Amino acid sequence: MSFAASAIRSLPGLAALAAGLMGLAILLSLFVAPEDADQGISQRIFYIHVPIALTAYFCFGLGAWKALLLLWRGDERYDLESYVAIHQGTIFGSLTLITGAIWAKASWGVWWTWDSNQLVLFLTLFLFYCAYFMLRFSLEEGARRARSSAVYALFGVVLIPISFLAIRLAEDFIHPTTFTREGPQMTGTMFTAFCVSWGAVTLLAYVLYRVELAGKRLQSDLRELREALQ
Amino acid sequence: MSYVADVAALTRKDLRVELRARDTLPAMLLFVLATLVVFHFALPEGTGDEAAYGLLWVAIVFTALLGLARAWVPEHEHGVLDGLVLAPCDRSAIWLGKTLATLAFLLAAQAFALPAFVFFFAPLDGTAIAGVLLADIGICAVGSLLAAMAAAGRARELLLPLLFLPLAIPLVVGGVGAAISPDAERYLLLLVLYDGVFAVLSWASFEYVVTES
Repeated sequence: MSFAASAIRSLPGLAALAAGLMGLAILLSLFVAPEDADQGISQRIFYIHVPIALTAYFCFGLGAWKALLLLWRGDERYDLESYVAIHQGTIFGSLTLITGAIWAKASWGVWWTWDSNQLVLFLTLFLFYCAYFMLRFSLEEGARRARSSAVYALFGVVLIPISFLAIRLAEDFIHPTTFTREGPQMTGTMFTAFCVSWGAVTLLAYVLYRVELAGKRLQSDLRELREALQ
Repeated sequence: MSYVADVAALTRKDLRVELRARDTLPAMLLFVLATLVVFHFALPEGTGDEAAYGLLWVAIVFTALLGLARAWVPEHEHGVLDGLVLAPCDRSAIWLGKTLATLAFLLAAQAFALPAFVFFFAPLDGTAIAGVLLADIGICAVGSLLAAMAAAGRARELLLPLLFLPLAIPLVVGGVGAAISPDAERYLLLLVLYDGVFAVLSWASFEYVVTES
């Protein structure tokens, strides 16, 4: 209980910081960064879209890492942490699909195209993690549910490279490659705006992760207290 | 050596149950044939062979799902799984036995379905058949683990396709590629890679899925 309480106490400060950074990121990406010569205004969505996508991948990775820890060490608390990370990953994943579709409409003239590897890979993963929730909600709470969910979450990170290979094989097409081996193809201010946005979105994801985790822990503490009283 | 004997005994048990009850295999056969007939009407006149190869893979995946959904039902209905988990054998042997048994069913169903496909639609060459065989291994390896997870859930018939289909996408890419691409070896390699990685992962993680605490 005390752990949950102390974790909650630091949250408002972190949340305010995330909100401030998010505002700064929006200012930088809308007004400070120069307009892209080719794509014009629609390119500015990248300052949000790419950080959100990276954060979604990061959340899925974190979820799988916690799942591995659960199987390895057998500590129950990793179950909730893995679940919350994947939940945040799915939320950011939906945002990625939405912002990506908006950009595709503005730039390619279609909401969706099967020709882009990143899109198909992301959709596959998104479906996979939606199934994760179905699995979780259909099993009864307990060690078995925790372990089955963890195994499934681990399958997800292995699926990422294999799906990527498969989709690469299936189709090759142009997605604007912003990060090449020669470093980012951006000017200084654009890169700054991008980094601030990335930081802001990552911090936002972290705060949301902590809030949800604290909420879930309080809920389970409350349930234990109720059961103890009865 | 005893591991192999355990696996063989478990596989034999599944095959014998199926031979006596005939629950799964006839259903798979009938389903795959009915699907092929439905596809004939789903394909517009004059569609090339390539579309038919794609539909063959839809038929294979759903037929496999039909078999996998039944895979752990006898164990659950009669409480056999608890006994198996308590038995003094490695838990992964249970998974391997089930994988081999479902693989046998799937191969038997395909022994009818593939000639029927050639008869109705389009010819299959060596690489296409190699693709089918390689994908079967992956389907059964991953599928029997996921089916064990789903069997413990409330809505097991609903759950298995949801869990399985996202994971089956690379297999479908590999299988269809092996059938239609001029560069089929790359797709076969992808299938080999998938089989290896996911078979090891399923083999290692099965124990966590079936034990209670």
